[in-house]
Amino acid sequence: MSDLVLGVRHHGPGSARAVVRALTQYRPDVLLVEGPPEADELVGLAADAEMEPPVALLAHVAAEPARAAFWPFAVFSPEWQAIRYALRHGIPVRFCDLPAAYGLAEPEEDDPDTGRYDPLGTLARTAGYDDVERWWEDVVEHRGDSPFDAVAEAMAELRRGEPARGREARREAYMRRVLRRTRREGFERIAVACGAWHVPALRERPPVAEDDRLLRNLPKVKVATTWVPWTHGRLSVRSGYGAGVSSPGWYHHLFTAPDSPAERWLTEAAGVLREEGLQVSSAHVIEAVRLAGTLAALRDRPMPGLGELTEAVRAVLCDGEELPLDLVRRRLVVGERLGRVPASTPMVPLQRDLREELRRLRLRPAATAADLDLDLRKPLDLERSRLLHRLGLIGIGWGTLREAGGKGTFRERWTLLWRPELDVELIEASVLGTTIRGAATGKAAGVAAQPEATLADLTSVAESCLLADVQEALPQVVAAIGARAALDAEVTHLMAALPALARACRYGDVRGTSGEALRTVVDQLVVRICVGLPAAVGGLDDDAARELIRYVDLVHPAVSLLGAGRERWRATLLRVLGRRDLPGLIDGRLTRLLLDEGGMGHEDAGLRMALSVTVHEPARAAAWVEGFLSGGVVLLIHDESLLTLIDTWVAGLTPEAFVEVLPLLRRTFGAFEPTERRALGDRVRGTRAPGPEAEIDPARAAAAVRTVELILGRAHG
Amino acid sequence: MTAVLRPHAEQQYSAELAALAAADDRPRPPGWKLSPWAVTTYILGDGKKITPKYIGSRRLIEVAVATLATDRALLLLGVPGTAKTWLSEHLAAAISGDSTLLVQGTAGTAEEAVRYGWNYARLLAEGPSRAALTPSPVMRAMSEGRIARIEELTRMPSDVQDALITVLSEKTLPIPELGEEVQAAKGFTVIATANDRDRGVNELSGALRRRFNTVVLPVPGTPEEEVEIVRRRVAQLGRALELPDPPSGLDEIRRVVTVFRELRQGMTADGRTKLKSPSGTLSTAEAISVVAGGIALATHFGDGVLRPADLAAGILGAVVQDPVSDRVVWQEYLEAVVRERADWRDFYRACRDV
Repeated sequence: MSDLVLGVRHHGPGSARAVVRALTQYRPDVLLVEGPPEADELVGLAADAEMEPPVALLAHVAAEPARAAFWPFAVFSPEWQAIRYALRHGIPVRFCDLPAAYGLAEPEEDDPDTGRYDPLGTLARTAGYDDVERWWEDVVEHRGDSPFDAVAEAMAELRRGEPARGREARREAYMRRVLRRTRREGFERIAVACGAWHVPALRERPPVAEDDRLLRNLPKVKVATTWVPWTHGRLSVRSGYGAGVSSPGWYHHLFTAPDSPAERWLTEAAGVLREEGLQVSSAHVIEAVRLAGTLAALRDRPMPGLGELTEAVRAVLCDGEELPLDLVRRRLVVGERLGRVPASTPMVPLQRDLREELRRLRLRPAATAADLDLDLRKPLDLERSRLLHRLGLIGIGWGTLREAGGKGTFRERWTLLWRPELDVELIEASVLGTTIRGAATGKAAGVAAQPEATLADLTSVAESCLLADVQEALPQVVAAIGARAALDAEVTHLMAALPALARACRYGDVRGTSGEALRTVVDQLVVRICVGLPAAVGGLDDDAARELIRYVDLVHPAVSLLGAGRERWRATLLRVLGRRDLPGLIDGRLTRLLLDEGGMGHEDAGLRMALSVTVHEPARAAAWVEGFLSGGVVLLIHDESLLTLIDTWVAGLTPEAFVEVLPLLRRTFGAFEPTERRALGDRVRGTRAPGPEAEIDPARAAAAVRTVELILGRAHG
Repeated sequence: MTAVLRPHAEQQYSAELAALAAADDRPRPPGWKLSPWAVTTYILGDGKKITPKYIGSRRLIEVAVATLATDRALLLLGVPGTAKTWLSEHLAAAISGDSTLLVQGTAGTAEEAVRYGWNYARLLAEGPSRAALTPSPVMRAMSEGRIARIEELTRMPSDVQDALITVLSEKTLPIPELGEEVQAAKGFTVIATANDRDRGVNELSGALRRRFNTVVLPVPGTPEEEVEIVRRRVAQLGRALELPDPPSGLDEIRRVVTVFRELRQGMTADGRTKLKSPSGTLSTAEAISVVAGGIALATHFGDGVLRPADLAAGILGAVVQDPVSDRVVWQEYLEAVVRERADWRDFYRACRDV
């Protein structure tokens, strides 16, 4: 009795049906499947009620989880259907591919010859089809009889004169070895489900010695295997990352629909469109079915495929518009879904802990991006936020924070998107700790202990520690920040570090975490910045000045946020302004900051402007104006005296000087809103008054002013 | 050669249609002169004897033909100049052998144009009778099992549009005055065209919309496709107007197409420079007429070779529809893009001189 070798198309629904039919007919007593033999013990889990494809077998090097390989399965994968058939009938299942222990030991081998990976695709293209599944549907699916003999013949023809090489030769030698061993064990009706490409190799019977020679002395590593949830989009990826099946939802439909796939598909499409409030009647669906059928006939196809159905949806259901069609494409054709593995699957403690946490916090990973709004005043949401921040700290990018918290807000918006690789990253992170919280602590402590971590790295970790509520690591991180700040001679580094820390202090208030030590470090940091800044501003060129202003703009609001240290900061800025060699840009900007903040009187600001613009250095004057106005132009519109100063200066420039400063001025004023520019132009021309200033009634305005001052935190008792 | 300025499609391509019909062994839907496969071949050409009438996606033509084969009505949508009318004429010619059953939709189109009118002299003399009835093109198409074409459907008043609903859903046209009706013979259906730029004119009612399958005709996807369309059409027009064969003005055609595409897309072909788009659509049809006009100029007033100067005025006329804003657009394009292209010097000068 010869064995039944089923050459399949990985993730082909047509193949999957045919495999089940063939197995039912053949009634094998053992099943061999292309996959890592290390997973033999795990295969029983495939029958678990909690197991929900798409899932993948993951094999990774035990000591180095990042080196991993995957064998993904969807419900419409022929291999999956074969496994399920065998488990249902109590037939033993074995994987027969080259063990991952060998596969992962050798370096990654590029195989640019896609014909080998997708031989049926090659055949389809030869037959003039651009879509393999469509070709398979036409020549195999709609035929009814078993396609496997024909496929085997075709493969034999494709491979004629092309002996297997390298890794492929080793894999096929191993498959034959498993086949022989199985035969020796006394099984008589052996069925093999493997990629169509390998069929000829399994049918021939080269001498045992030859296979043994190929498999002798292979390098080997210790590997661990498990099941992980997978996504439809990543199905065709056998190892590592790459492009996926383009229409998994369609394949899923093809496999699961019991009959009349076209009618069911169009009905579902109509349902999707109705959900979005588009009017689609049953009459529409009927016409769409007719159109798809006629189109298929016109194209000489036995049944409508995805192409014809899409045309029908477009022309009949969507009135020719692309927008609703996109919706159908997203929801139905791609139909992204994430699989599930049962609790009894082998997992590292970290994965288990995450599973537990997710159940506790009622979160569910999904393969499509979903938004999550958290109100941190609610305990459940606060816990969720902490979990997401912890994962982020570990480096598991499940959630992305939108609109970063800002000034002590109690709302967070996350976008959650689970990718299959995150499981690998979890396994990798398991060296850091056995729980999510523990791993986050370990990670933070690890960063603090790294001598090469920069101050900015450390501060962002400190902030994350507070957000993630892993305070155990905080003392270490804060100590590291203190040490680094004391040694760092570059004041801009300190300035870059401050905002995150200032925010962290604020979070401490909002989130009920205390940060005494942090507060001390922050205060020290402010002192150091105040001491270092005056020395850093001298003799800067234009670019360096611009860079420094960026840092000043970061520090300024941070100091305001902190409250304490504001006086010192203000004094520092005044001291900086006292320097004679100050670049115009910095001079102007600092003047503005102090003016806005109340640290400098109006007259003083006017005086500084007068000094700056009357000196015969047009370039510096223009830079000063730029710095001064980068805080907004409204001031100028409403302050006659300042506007007059600038106006007089520009008007008084010599023609050469005017040409010199024109680009600078254009840059400054070009950044303002058109309405602001128009208002300014009107003011200069003197055509329009800025508003009825004279009519303000101080008594009536007082109440509003008080409220505004209260909001701004400047209430005078 | 007949003296007709523009013969109908079924006359101009009668040889091709006859050849296709002779070779066509596929089943034909009732009332069709050709099988759906042959119709598709007629429209898209076969690379040999059958010339392509429409250059573009095969998919669209297949959907259009399949729609008509399911006796549904077909609505061709698109911006002006995307060959909607052209395609509907050729479809009608290939399927019914008759593209003349045409209703032109305008704001003044009356219900008689879709249903029937009366010969009043006869009506007064003989009273209401079939003989006193003047059938509309739609009515004739129904009784003869042919395709009726409706141009610019959305320009018709809504009540006239709605007169089509019974025709399309019940396939019958009642004549209450006579107590009779005209039932559509097999092969009857309607091809309507509408412009989706001014869709708001008389938006189709949901009930009517539901009777149509919609195919949106796009502007040509690639520059090569558009150059090919312009070249072919210009050659055909030239023959009809008995102009001598255009000397190889392919470079000039390519330039016109480039100018039109860049302004239409608001971006230069290399994607580097943003441009303002003029208010007109700058369709392929306009490019065709610019080139045809240029060839006429070159033949009658120039040296017979298509030169930039022959095209400049035509391009200016096509681009500048709104005398104020479009002129600015054109000037900017001329100075910022055309002037910078080394091999476009002659073209730039010609445009400046207009």
